[in-house]
Amino acid sequence: MLDMSVYIALVAFAIAMIGIVFRAIKGPSTADRVIALDSLGISLIAVTALFSILLRTSVFLEVILLLGILAFIGTVAFSKYIEKGAIIDRDRHK
Amino acid sequence: MIDISEYFVVAFILIGAFFGVVTAIGLIRLPDLYTRTHAASKSATLGVMSVLIGALLFFFTEEGMFNSRIVLGIFFVLITAPVGGHLIARAAYNTGVKLAPESIQDDLAKKEQFEAKKKKNSSRD
Repeated sequence: MLDMSVYIALVAFAIAMIGIVFRAIKGPSTADRVIALDSLGISLIAVTALFSILLRTSVFLEVILLLGILAFIGTVAFSKYIEKGAIIDRDRHK
Repeated sequence: MIDISEYFVVAFILIGAFFGVVTAIGLIRLPDLYTRTHAASKSATLGVMSVLIGALLFFFTEEGMFNSRIVLGIFFVLITAPVGGHLIARAAYNTGVKLAPESIQDDLAKKEQFEAKKKKNSSRD
């Protein structure tokens, strides 16, 4: 029963990721694409957790943490780029 | 594995999968960027947290190991996903992404108009 429900959840997340990729391709503004890629990374965290249940191993759990951190850093960097045009400011004296 | 805990793991995983699908439906069907941010940040966070709680429970009952990395992942997703949604929505508003035509009120634009008018008046005095 557990394996069956994990397979169902994997199929559901695959369908969800197809929808999210549709938004990332179509999205009218850049921010739409950034939101779509952010939630794609978050769905990937869930897929990693489901695969580590399916394979009965706990060595992929660092990947969960790493994907969360990388998705957050990417979203923050892109939002700074959209808002200011630069990710790391260089003018110290204002 | 204990039977009752298996039911809980299955319930958490299926709830998480349901919210993942809800995220995708919201991203496809909602009309503008701000409503899409609303769908993506909230329901994706809840779905992933539910799946991770299921995984935590599974490893706790299967291997007898309390996995602190999953707990850290749950808290990290809980803290950072709404912050990311807020940052990207604010960047989009400041670069002039339009609201949906159905929306009836934009208080932030009104406030900016009001402050621009106040600045003009004070420079005239």
